[in-house]
Amino acid sequence: MELALSDVRGLSLDLKGIGHAFGATVALDEIDLTVAAGELIALLGPSGCGKTTMLQIIAGFLRPSRGEVRFDGARVEHIPANRRRIGMVFQNYALFPHLTVFENVAYGLRARKTAKDVVAAKVEQMLGLAQMASFARRLPGELSGGQQQRVALARALAIDPGLVLLDEPFSALDKNLRLDMQIEIKSLLKTFGVTSIIVTHDQEEALSMADRIVVLNKGRIEQIDSPDALYDRPASLFISSFIGHTNLLRGTVTDADRVQLDAGPEIDLGRSAQRRRGTPVTISVRPENITFGAEWPGAILVTIRATVPLGAVSVTEGVTASGEAVKVSQARAAGLAKAQVGETAWLAISDVSRVSIFSTPVDDVSKHQQRSV
Amino acid sequence: MTPASTTASRQMLPVIPLAALFLAAFVLPLIALVAISLFRTPQFAELSLAQYLRFFSDPFSIKVLTDTVWLGTEVALATLILAYPLALVYAASGQLMRTLITFLIMLPLLTSTVVRTFAWIVLLGRDGIINTTMLSLGLWQTPARLLYTWEGMVLALTQIQLPLMALPVINSLLRLDGNLTRAAEGLGASRARIFITIILPLTLPGAIAGWLLVFAAAATAFITQTLVGGGRIILMPSYIYQQAVGVQDWPFSAALSLIFTLAVTGIVFAVGALSRRYVRGVDAA
Repeated sequence: MELALSDVRGLSLDLKGIGHAFGATVALDEIDLTVAAGELIALLGPSGCGKTTMLQIIAGFLRPSRGEVRFDGARVEHIPANRRRIGMVFQNYALFPHLTVFENVAYGLRARKTAKDVVAAKVEQMLGLAQMASFARRLPGELSGGQQQRVALARALAIDPGLVLLDEPFSALDKNLRLDMQIEIKSLLKTFGVTSIIVTHDQEEALSMADRIVVLNKGRIEQIDSPDALYDRPASLFISSFIGHTNLLRGTVTDADRVQLDAGPEIDLGRSAQRRRGTPVTISVRPENITFGAEWPGAILVTIRATVPLGAVSVTEGVTASGEAVKVSQARAAGLAKAQVGETAWLAISDVSRVSIFSTPVDDVSKHQQRSV
Repeated sequence: MTPASTTASRQMLPVIPLAALFLAAFVLPLIALVAISLFRTPQFAELSLAQYLRFFSDPFSIKVLTDTVWLGTEVALATLILAYPLALVYAASGQLMRTLITFLIMLPLLTSTVVRTFAWIVLLGRDGIINTTMLSLGLWQTPARLLYTWEGMVLALTQIQLPLMALPVINSLLRLDGNLTRAAEGLGASRARIFITIILPLTLPGAIAGWLLVFAAAATAFITQTLVGGGRIILMPSYIYQQAVGVQDWPFSAALSLIFTLAVTGIVFAVGALSRRYVRGVDAA
């Protein structure tokens, strides 16, 4: 029996004013989020930021203390998890260990009392898409991590969900396998046109998977944006250090568009700093936005502390006169001035328009920065 | 002696006292039992298999054995049915409630079987608490016969043996990954379906462990069977006692003991082996 994929369509999701507290602990506060049908969203944040609570509220395992959850415009808070048309992929996959791969994928269909021949056809189709057709009779314990994950996704998609929720789906996989699986699963989800929400604390995972990333911190949404926008225009110092690597440098606004860095030079932002003269600020410069230069205006003098070859790129870390660390990331093939440890070098910002400026003192985020490195 | 075997025999040293006790108190009596069962007459004359032939050609004796096996099965089933709701409540409870439930389950284990059995006599007797309550409420016109009945015996044994079932079932339920039931729920399964297709198969090792313990304990519960069941219900333990002490027919009672022992252990092993074949993907233990 041939089953068409076209009858599968993602639903749209609206969260309005969602709040949730466990006793006196506020897990989520004033969450507003609109997800379009077919969109792939990542909920990203450090542990304890509320992302798992948010996932459980969307799935229906948890009823929010406040606010509205809408699927395709209709409120669903009162609808239990087993009637929400949601596919879940758990962190440990949660495959039923006593059932074969076939029975696992068939589980949701059988729970819906689907006719036997339809179940067989659907399961076969799902396992084919997940490239697991030849493993139908195996037990989950006989599969590798990547294979288990394919089965978990096939099982979630078999029930034609309007929404797929993935909870830290790649954390149990080898690092080498992760990117392959991310690409594979992203393309599967897109083939289905199903709306997907992936919860993760791994920014690389969020960047590689999502159309848009929702950054959560302490139960609140810090920013919702595309991966590129989040990387290039972080809305807060927390995000600039949580997404990718960055250099945070202290400074003071000296003119409408100029900042005097503690590290030495005064830099021209090429745009308004939008702060009063004398305001202490922190600027964020990505390591790939810095190059080795000479004693140019705006260049920072550092003492080289370490050089780390990372395959495609080489990262060099220097220390400024003010004691701040600055990382420079260069394509290794470029063969630019090879800095020797202990020598001094001049570092220049390549593109000042990609420098972000924040009023938050750097100390507030140092903890998060350490975690993301 | 090679050094390796010296080390091996040194390692065995600590178990020698236990092995000696086992030999003296179990293996030797068992050999004696086999020897005694092979005599044709109570006067220990003439070796033969007469006692075994006598058992298997006597419908009464066979009925006693099947009744006893059936009693063990019924009690095990009753404890199983009671243990699952208890385990589900336990798993869903907070720490305080769990402590309370654990205490209530363990309580019977802390008193002697004799005390527990007499408590049931007090409850079930003609002038017992159940009868006097029902009579004074006017629900019953005459006192019901509860003591010295099969049902009364099953009831008492069920209560007494419940911990042996509840503890392994609770243990295996607690080890069940909560994401599995959540995954089943997310896939649209009802609570009943989740229980039958996920919880039950994955806690089966615990249930089987409990089943074997309760079956063996209930089938061989001489004191409770005798005191609550009374003289009119004859089961293997009392049958053996009667033949040995009452009739003084030691060879026949020895044969009865061996047949009973083999029947109980045979069933225990058969159930264990069958369950290992059908329980897939779940850790035993």
